Amino acid sequence: MPADDGSPPATITPYPDGPYLVRGDFALTDQQGNELPLERRTIALCRCGKSRMRPFCDGTHKLIGFKAPSGPEPWPGA
Amino acid sequence: MAGRLIELPAPRGPLSEQLFEALAGPPHTRLACPGLIEPSDALADEDLQLALYVAYELHYSSIRGVDESWEWSPSLLSFRGALERPFEEAVAELVPPAEAAELESVGAALQEIVARDPGPPLSRYVETQGTRERVLEQVVHRSAYQLKEADPHSWAIPRLSPRPKTALLEVQFDEYGGGSGERMHSALFAKTMAGLGLDPTYGRYLDRWPGITLATVNLVTNFGLHRRRRGALVGHLAGFEMTSSIPNRRYGNALRRLGYGEEVTHFYDEHVEADAVHENIAAWDLAGGLAAEEPEVAADILFGARALLQVEARWARHLMDSWERGETSLRTPLVPAAA
Ligand code: FES
Ligand SMILES: [Fe+2]
Ligand SMILES: [Fe+2]
Repeated sequence: MPADDGSPPATITPYPDGPYLVRGDFALTDQQGNELPLERRTIALCRCGKSRMRPFCDGTHKLIGFKAPSGPEPWPGA
Repeated sequence: MAGRLIELPAPRGPLSEQLFEALAGPPHTRLACPGLIEPSDALADEDLQLALYVAYELHYSSIRGVDESWEWSPSLLSFRGALERPFEEAVAELVPPAEAAELESVGAALQEIVARDPGPPLSRYVETQGTRERVLEQVVHRSAYQLKEADPHSWAIPRLSPRPKTALLEVQFDEYGGGSGERMHSALFAKTMAGLGLDPTYGRYLDRWPGITLATVNLVTNFGLHRRRRGALVGHLAGFEMTSSIPNRRYGNALRRLGYGEEVTHFYDEHVEADAVHENIAAWDLAGGLAAEEPEVAADILFGARALLQVEARWARHLMDSWERGETSLRTPLVPAAA
């Protein structure tokens, strides 16, 4: 939902073979609802599962050869 | 902090001698074009790379005793052109032409290119075996670029159409600290240097940087100053961002192993997280966006990334080879050998 100040709503974009980039007006919280401090306006959330600073991406996806398209995967999988 | 001001370094041969002598005098005079320059190894030629570095530095910094209008002096520019030619040829020799299939998805091609990085495992070596002395040397080499980190890529801003321009600015906003001068990446690097007992003054170690270190900076300045190389400039940035998170984690680990705290490792820790964001934007939105809008520069985007990796590989080999011989990789050691 757009914030009152007119900033754009959050968008989440999976990048090819890489993380989810999150932009716009959003908060990142843990399960208790505590906000995680954010160091930058655009963040990368790990999508490969192997980052050593989850939930953020740390580039490890390149070391493990993680493959995933930006759009939805074909269903049913081959 | 005051504006940048460097000292003219000591010349390393006839080209730098001729250039520095002229720069000490009034602009627009007496800088004869040096004719054909044919160094046997332009990439690591001390004289050529230093002369080119100082000619380029007029665009970044004041130089003590040098009139600032030298920057656009026609005689300086033609002298500089004579230096650029052998350098550009030497770089081009290292870079194979892009294949047609690669141009169909520049983002995917960039992923392939960085996955086959030709460089030696410098960051792994530093992480696991680097002594304090060698870590300091690596930082001193890197300060040639990191104290002006992001600046040469900013020259692409006015040359890009809206989509790639927006992507570049998304990256640069972070590089320049997201609105906080203290968090500017060049400032974080200065903090690292100070924490290591090094002098973070811009240009302080110029006399110690060997030709191949100067070449790593001259490469990006060359791309940045020539609009026709905007593709290569964008490819250079993409390649840089895409080969950053993992090595920077290792450099941070090396410093932690040597007992340094967060004020020293902050630059590296920041780059693990920031460049995990930037690499995607740079490869897909910036480089991919530019290739989509200006297909005629797509091949040069890949050239820029490959040129970066080749020149960086050559630089990294220089460090590792010097250390293997038990020598300093700088022109003069940071710590004089005990008598
Ligand atoms: S997606 Fe980058 S480390 Fe997992
Ligand atoms: Fe940076
Ligand atoms: Fe970056």
